Amino acid sequence: MTYEFIPLFPLASFLILGLFGHWIKDKAHLVAVPAVVVSFLLSLLVFFDVAGGHQTSFPLYTWLTSGTLDIHIGFSIDRLTAVMLLLVTIVSSLVHIYTIGYMHGDPGYARFFSYIALFTFSMLMLVMADNLLQLFIFWEAVGLCSYLLIGHWYDRPAACAAATKAFIVNRVGDFGFMLGLLLVWYSFGSLDYHEIFARAHESAGDVMNVLGPFGGTWDVSVLTLICLLLFTGAVGKSAQVPLHVWLPDAMEGPTPISALIHAATMVTAGVFLVARLAPLYNLSPTAMTVVALTGGVTMVVGATIALTQTDIKRIVAYSTVSQLGYMMMACGLGAYAAGMYHLLTHGAFKALLFLGCGSVIIALHHEQDMRRMGGLKDKLPVTYWTFVVGSLALAGFPLTSGFFSKDELLVSAWSTGPLGQLLTVLGLVTALMTAFYSFRLVFVTFWGPSHVDPHHADHVHEPSKTMTVPLMILAILSIVTGYLGIPEFLGPMFETSAGAAHEGGAAIGIMVLATSMGLLGIAGAYYVYVLNPTLPDQFARRWQSLYQGSLNKWYVDEAYDRAIVRPNFSAATELWKRVDVKVIDGAVNGVARAIAWGGWLLRLMQSGQTQHYALGMALGIVVVLTVFLMF
Amino acid sequence: MTVPLSYYLVLSGIVFLTGVVGVLLRRNIIIILLSVELMLNATNINFVAFSQYFHDVAGQVFVFFALTVAAAEVAVGLAIIIALYRAKSTINIDEFQLLKW
Amino acid sequence: MEQVFFFYFAFVIAAASVLVVALRNPIYSVLALLIMFFHVAGLYVTLHAEFLAAVQIVVYAGAILVLYLFVVMLLNLRQDDRYHRQWPMAAAVGLALVIEAVILMALKGWTTPVVVTGTETTVGEAGNTEAIGDVLYSTYLFPFEVASLILLVAMIGAIILAKKDLGEPAES
Repeated sequence: MTYEFIPLFPLASFLILGLFGHWIKDKAHLVAVPAVVVSFLLSLLVFFDVAGGHQTSFPLYTWLTSGTLDIHIGFSIDRLTAVMLLLVTIVSSLVHIYTIGYMHGDPGYARFFSYIALFTFSMLMLVMADNLLQLFIFWEAVGLCSYLLIGHWYDRPAACAAATKAFIVNRVGDFGFMLGLLLVWYSFGSLDYHEIFARAHESAGDVMNVLGPFGGTWDVSVLTLICLLLFTGAVGKSAQVPLHVWLPDAMEGPTPISALIHAATMVTAGVFLVARLAPLYNLSPTAMTVVALTGGVTMVVGATIALTQTDIKRIVAYSTVSQLGYMMMACGLGAYAAGMYHLLTHGAFKALLFLGCGSVIIALHHEQDMRRMGGLKDKLPVTYWTFVVGSLALAGFPLTSGFFSKDELLVSAWSTGPLGQLLTVLGLVTALMTAFYSFRLVFVTFWGPSHVDPHHADHVHEPSKTMTVPLMILAILSIVTGYLGIPEFLGPMFETSAGAAHEGGAAIGIMVLATSMGLLGIAGAYYVYVLNPTLPDQFARRWQSLYQGSLNKWYVDEAYDRAIVRPNFSAATELWKRVDVKVIDGAVNGVARAIAWGGWLLRLMQSGQTQHYALGMALGIVVVLTVFLMF
Repeated sequence: MTVPLSYYLVLSGIVFLTGVVGVLLRRNIIIILLSVELMLNATNINFVAFSQYFHDVAGQVFVFFALTVAAAEVAVGLAIIIALYRAKSTINIDEFQLLKW
Repeated sequence: MEQVFFFYFAFVIAAASVLVVALRNPIYSVLALLIMFFHVAGLYVTLHAEFLAAVQIVVYAGAILVLYLFVVMLLNLRQDDRYHRQWPMAAAVGLALVIEAVILMALKGWTTPVVVTGTETTVGEAGNTEAIGDVLYSTYLFPFEVASLILLVAMIGAIILAKKDLGEPAES
């Protein structure tokens, strides 16, 4: 079984389309789609292989060895890897096919395909990595692809700004990640997973004096420090609070990549990291608490903002933030299998929701504001029904995959202790909000009177098969993935007691509560948006400040602007004006001016008068004689 | 008693210094050339004195050649002066400063 | 006795050289130089270099000085400014050199150096002319030939520099 072929085909697709895209142009999908579908088929083989009990880990290529540092590219194929491979390749294949219809006629058609092929390659290498450095390299690579793809329409300033914001915010997290990498290397002498895990137990008690260089004393457990630092990378990549600000802006990019990168794969890399390093995190309760709390906060914040947004992609984006919070919370509480389960099901239905939004957007000629939609369920039947399936899964409606995964998550969370119970309560409240806003989206967009722009109202029709077939496949997956037995498949990988209390009264109670929250949310949305359409405005006026706060994303971006961005800019401007222009340029130009001045001085000697030169010679004789006499 | 060598050296030093000062001070080109002749003569006196005191005739041979060169130099120098005079009708050395920066 | 001659010659040489530099009229300067040349020749005689004395008079006084006189009279000069503006500087340089010469002499002393027996031919045995000739045509033959080449070059150079361009129309 040659595992290298799985990432190799997308890499080849990227190279061919990147180099020859200019000549291939509209035929680009003929190169890209087969490549990723082959990857998917190979991933399927790997899955069955691993399910049969064959796990492996091997280095592929040694880049450099220096002392005890050994940097290599290698693969670690176990159950976690197998499910991630499947997720990435399935969603990537469906997005590739969807793109054929969505990006039809776009001048950057081939470029788009080459970039999503590069992304697929990077993500595959990331999940198959057997050492932290390789993971980090491809972590950065997916960040780069995100930048390239968000800014695909590079003549739009908003898109460029969003791409830069995504990259920079990710960078902030990656700085912590790098520090964590260094600390891992320093503590364990290696960056390979199995070596780290082997030595972690011995280092469980080690402490490090964090304030040492500053003359203070604060002993922190090394393991906690490592876990926290690596987690900051996950915070950036998985859009946890406070580094969540890039994800909604990333909606400037074309919808297919919102589905691929910002729903199913790249943003899940953070959760994947925590799950992959579960043995480390299990040894540091402090770090796990931080992870869980961060997840909990993110979960609630994302949902509250989604309640008031009017751009359909932004609603789904904040929903993603919120669901990522769920997953991170689960991992933080030790329920790694439940978190990964939710990650997989979420990958299916969130991608579905995004692609459905894309379908609506295309049908209405690039209209994204919910208030200018309505009454679309008869005109876009396939889109409507698949969108409903996705929304039901998101809300946790019984028998959908979302129902099973959310339930699994909450039950596992409850069983971990007091913190878990608190977070479960928050999770239930969020479930209510989730159901509410997702069906708010459904009802306002597809039901009710049509507010569509009259010019376009007549041309609204279902998009092409290349766009609707992936929707249908994803809808089927949104239901089916609940029945595949994923938590039992992943459970043995994570030796925690989180999944212990599956039987018992608490489990049943939570299941009932979660379901009722979901149904309540749907009913509430129905009541507010279908039966009493004037209610939302009344609520908005009644709780004006809350409404404004939620609509403005709780002013986080504005706070960052004031606290970080503007001081940075003014510091940079000051440095530019004072230091760069005056000091550095002054020094460089000053050297030139000094030389020119010296030249001017020397030039005065060339007076043209012979006797001046003769005087110079005589002076020279005097000097030489003086030197001779003195020494 | 014979004249000590150092007397000749002092004499030649005086004449040489006079020549140097003349080169530096006078503006008339012909006088400058005359001062150069003074310097050459000073060195000739030096050589002959050394030749006598070391009983080595090489000093005088050197004077011989120095004389030759002085003659040649005078010829060429005066020709130059004539050419300069034809160009500018003056032999004030301050007038000839075309090689200024 | 020798000292008397020496001091006389030395004094006149020094005085004449100062006059060369100091006098205003170029003709007077040239004539002072002439006096100086004669006395240098006399000095050479006291140093037992008779041949050189003769050559000095013939070449310097007879040829070079005459050339100078020709040119001075040809150019028909007015008497213009004597001293360059840089005279303070030049005076300082001269003074510095004098001081240094004095210091040098004070350091090294007035002693006459040890007489080393001469290299090729000692002057005393043969006559001066024969001694010079002996060395000139054997050891220093090559410089001798080169000297003649120098004279040739000087001749050509002087002719080229001083002649009028043939292409010009005849002037008055």
